[in-house]
Amino acid sequence: MDNLDQLVTDARAAFAEATAAAALEQAKARFLGKNGLVTEQLKALGGLAPEQKRERGAEVNRVKAAIESALAERREALRDAELSAQLEAEALDVTLPGRGAAPGGLHPVSRTLERIERLFQSIGFVSVDGPEIETDWHNFTALNIPADHPARSMHDTFFLEGRQDVLLRTHTSPVQIRAMLAHVEQTRDCDPMPDLRVIAPGRVYRVDSDATHSPMFHQVEGLWIGERVSFADLKGVVADFLRKFFETDSLQLRFRPSFFPFTEPSAEIDVAFTGGALDGRWLEVAGCGMVHPNVLRFGGVDPERYTGFAFGFGPDRLTMLRYGVDDLRLFFEGDLRFLSQFR
Amino acid sequence: MQFSENWLRTFVNPPLGSEALGHLMTMAGLEVEEAHPVAPPFSGVVVARIIEAEKHPNADKLKLCKVDVGENEPLQIVCGAPNAAVGMKVPCAKVGAVLPGDFAIKAAKLRGVESFGMLCSGRELGLSEDHGGLLALEEDAPVGMDIREWLALDDTCFVIKLTPNRADCLSLTGVAREVAALTGVPLTPAPLKLVPPANDARRDIVLDAPEKCPRYCGRVISGVNAKAPTPNWMKDRLKRSGLRPIHALVDITNYVMLELGQPLHAFDNARLSGAIHVRLPRPGEELRLLNEQNVKPAPDTLLIADEARALALAGIMGGEETGVTIETTEVFLESAFFTPEAITGRARVLGFTSDASHRYERGVDFQLQRPAIERATQLILDICGGVPGPVEEARSDEHLPRREEVALRPARVCQVLGIHLNTEAMRSLLERVHLTVRDLAVELRVAPPAFRFDIETEEDLIEEIARLYGYDNIPSHAPQGNLGMLASTESARTEWDVRHFLAGRGFQEVVNYAFVDSAWERDFCANAAPIRLANPIASQMDVMRSSLIPGLVSNLTTNRKRQQNRVRVFELGRCFTRQEQGQAADGAGEEVPGFHQPRRLAALAAGFALPEQWGESARAVDFFDLKGDLEALFAPRALTFAPPASAAPALHPGRAASVFLEGRNIGVIGELHPVWVQRFELGVAPVVFEVDLDAALSALCPESGEISRMPTVSRDLALLVPASVPAERVLNALREAAPAVVREIVLFDLYQGKGVESGCKSLAFRVSMQDTQRTLEDAEVDEAISGLLQHVERTVGGRLRV
Repeated sequence: MDNLDQLVTDARAAFAEATAAAALEQAKARFLGKNGLVTEQLKALGGLAPEQKRERGAEVNRVKAAIESALAERREALRDAELSAQLEAEALDVTLPGRGAAPGGLHPVSRTLERIERLFQSIGFVSVDGPEIETDWHNFTALNIPADHPARSMHDTFFLEGRQDVLLRTHTSPVQIRAMLAHVEQTRDCDPMPDLRVIAPGRVYRVDSDATHSPMFHQVEGLWIGERVSFADLKGVVADFLRKFFETDSLQLRFRPSFFPFTEPSAEIDVAFTGGALDGRWLEVAGCGMVHPNVLRFGGVDPERYTGFAFGFGPDRLTMLRYGVDDLRLFFEGDLRFLSQFR
Repeated sequence: MQFSENWLRTFVNPPLGSEALGHLMTMAGLEVEEAHPVAPPFSGVVVARIIEAEKHPNADKLKLCKVDVGENEPLQIVCGAPNAAVGMKVPCAKVGAVLPGDFAIKAAKLRGVESFGMLCSGRELGLSEDHGGLLALEEDAPVGMDIREWLALDDTCFVIKLTPNRADCLSLTGVAREVAALTGVPLTPAPLKLVPPANDARRDIVLDAPEKCPRYCGRVISGVNAKAPTPNWMKDRLKRSGLRPIHALVDITNYVMLELGQPLHAFDNARLSGAIHVRLPRPGEELRLLNEQNVKPAPDTLLIADEARALALAGIMGGEETGVTIETTEVFLESAFFTPEAITGRARVLGFTSDASHRYERGVDFQLQRPAIERATQLILDICGGVPGPVEEARSDEHLPRREEVALRPARVCQVLGIHLNTEAMRSLLERVHLTVRDLAVELRVAPPAFRFDIETEEDLIEEIARLYGYDNIPSHAPQGNLGMLASTESARTEWDVRHFLAGRGFQEVVNYAFVDSAWERDFCANAAPIRLANPIASQMDVMRSSLIPGLVSNLTTNRKRQQNRVRVFELGRCFTRQEQGQAADGAGEEVPGFHQPRRLAALAAGFALPEQWGESARAVDFFDLKGDLEALFAPRALTFAPPASAAPALHPGRAASVFLEGRNIGVIGELHPVWVQRFELGVAPVVFEVDLDAALSALCPESGEISRMPTVSRDLALLVPASVPAERVLNALREAAPAVVREIVLFDLYQGKGVESGCKSLAFRVSMQDTQRTLEDAEVDEAISGLLQHVERTVGGRLRV
């Protein structure tokens, strides 16, 4: 009996001594192998009487099972240890920087234009586009700017050599005319004419250059024409837009009477922020008004039946206010140190 | 338009502070651009007379003065001003005075002598920049009076930015009229009385161009003393209106112009001969103006002339020879109405503007000429003395402007503005600004006064009502409209999608000017006849760009100078080329005939392919990196590339390609030509592409196909082909010959060098085959591969590498 139990103890000790798979297999062979100690005990059963044989056999099998279980246990432990060691060896310095390409970014004014487009799309404005070399007719005449208006003088407008009838557009307002003419054409068979709601972002040109003026800059034109569009609607749309754009309800707004040949009544829109560097200062951000009947007529729209409003925002200015940029020229210098801040 | 608040308040004095008054004007369309006090705050400064000025006993440059400040005893004051002299009247800050900058005046000892106050320069009081000496006050300044009172310093200077339609507000009277209408406070007009003639000195006036000058009033005033000083109140008002006092006669004409809005001109009557003619120039006629400019007036520029010569540019500027001086004793005063059309633009072509032309271009009240000449006469008599002759008026009634009635429908007002206002309220608003209103039940008939040039249509009246009702009082509506959804297509992307895609691949968007140096167009674009600006802002921005690439190269140069060596930029914008008449563009017709102005998209990459980082060996970006970006932008649509058809001087001829989408040439890609790399000192060649934006915006709506459950069989083919054969040709040959079971052919390796005979290259392709219905037999696969090989051998001379 004793030596059988001793066998289990010995086996456990031998297995524990084995720290690698190969040593464990050797230890296993010593006990459970063909000539192992347990196998010998089993072989020895052959010489016993049947009664003893049964008893002793059960004992030896119990011992064998115990040793096998110890072996399995040890194998498991060794595998665990091996895995731990592997995991430890494979550990990374997770603080090393991630690899690969770095993202670029949109121009800050593009960010603004995209937001403007989205905000107006959410109330059904479609974005449209127009040429930058524009006809004198679209840029001035059709916008109720007669031939002798000061805005036509060389002082403001870039002209092209050898052509009197074209120029670099001085504003995005000519897109109003193009949009109206196209809309009237497309909806020829509808009565009443469905509302026209468009915005037209784009680049415009004026002969002017200093810290607050660039010879090329951006504008966003907006136009809504329908049977019941009023100045009160204009105020509502513009106020809603500015509060959404600057993400604040505490923005102060005022509509100040002004004059543009292509709208009447006309207004300039000033905003004032509460708090921040610009606290309380009125800043002009847009011009707007009810579309002048002559302009509607040039666009093929009956001014007796339809009214509309138009507005023109300066997205460069909006961008400067939104992101705290203080020099307009930075937008057009292509300096990556400046531009990469807007990612 | 600039003026003193105090002066304005002599005409209308509403119970409002300066700031509230400014806000009122701004919100009525007279935008206050600036409102600054005439003088900074200070106190305790009085008019003083110097009664003694001795040398300081202990200092060479100081004086010891005794000054009378209207108190019992004179004050002893030490003063360093070089102009301090006995008898002079000067401002004196007494002990206890506080000067600008919170500078308190105390009794002090200066070099051992006691001083009880300070005599002040203009700068010390914040009145001017003059610090050369004491501010000399007029002889009649009352000793002891507070200097703020004597100089009327408690005043604000308003600068208002008038829109071109509001010529009626280019005078104090006009602004006051507006303020009176807005506040209901009564208007006190300038004192106007007829000055009867005291002799019969006169000069005939002939209107030779009555359609341009339908009214001209003239008056001779004899025996004037032009040397008489202009009174201080008038000088102050002129200065606070931004005008420099000159001498009494000129100051008076300017003063009346500011007060009433009527430009006046004073001729030296002794220098005139015969009748005054208002006429167009004669050929070759010349004139020297008051600003010492010699001009040859254009044929449509109106002149004032006498029988001998041209005297003045009508409504713009007088001539030098016949202008009044302090020696003048006989004045011929002119007060005329010139039509806006006769004056507009004439001064600008001569390169200047004047107060008179500014007013005439926008419209002067055509009934104001007589009142203004009477007012000026009275002021001349008051200040310079003299004997007035009769007012001579030449007039052409048929050419004077007419003020027609304009119909106004009250319902239209409410509809356009989105307000509810009854007819009576509208009538009352309009009458406040001196419009004459007749109520015809169905509509109002409104006639504007002579001073309004901006009321001709119903909209003009609606604007007037809106302005007087107050823009602030018009409600702000949430707009109502059709809630129909906007279209959203999958067969096009937006330009924002394209921008975000490129930003995601590491490119930064830039915005460059559309006008560039003509040298760029010539060098980069082989464009010898670019679209030129007639009036460029600078010589290096003289033509419209026909490509975005030069701008991007310039961005690279700029950034390299700022030590930014890895540059990845893109721009999306229009380019401009000429288009011969009748030559159709690709697809749609041009919006502006003669010009093709497509929107294009270009990108440039230079420096390392990846940002500097651990674990990746640094490698310069190359053609294939950018090609990968471009292909990814268009995926899943396949682009094809071929050597550029025409010379693209910007690009390396062996490392550039034309880009095709569905057979259409949409742009170029390539490495910058080594010549430019060297010229711009770029170090390594950047790679660039430029394509039509519209092509990049087109997209495909995806369509699902069958996914096979059968196993895929892959075979690798290494083909030896002549080095000159483009890879795409080999790939196309393989694709042509591929049976239906071939799903994909991928080029996975290119090898030249040891083991490959010279003049050849090895291209390795992986061919993946799969059937949707069954597992492929080996024999089938072998047969497909040998079919491919045979075809490649026949078409491009390729063979299996062994």
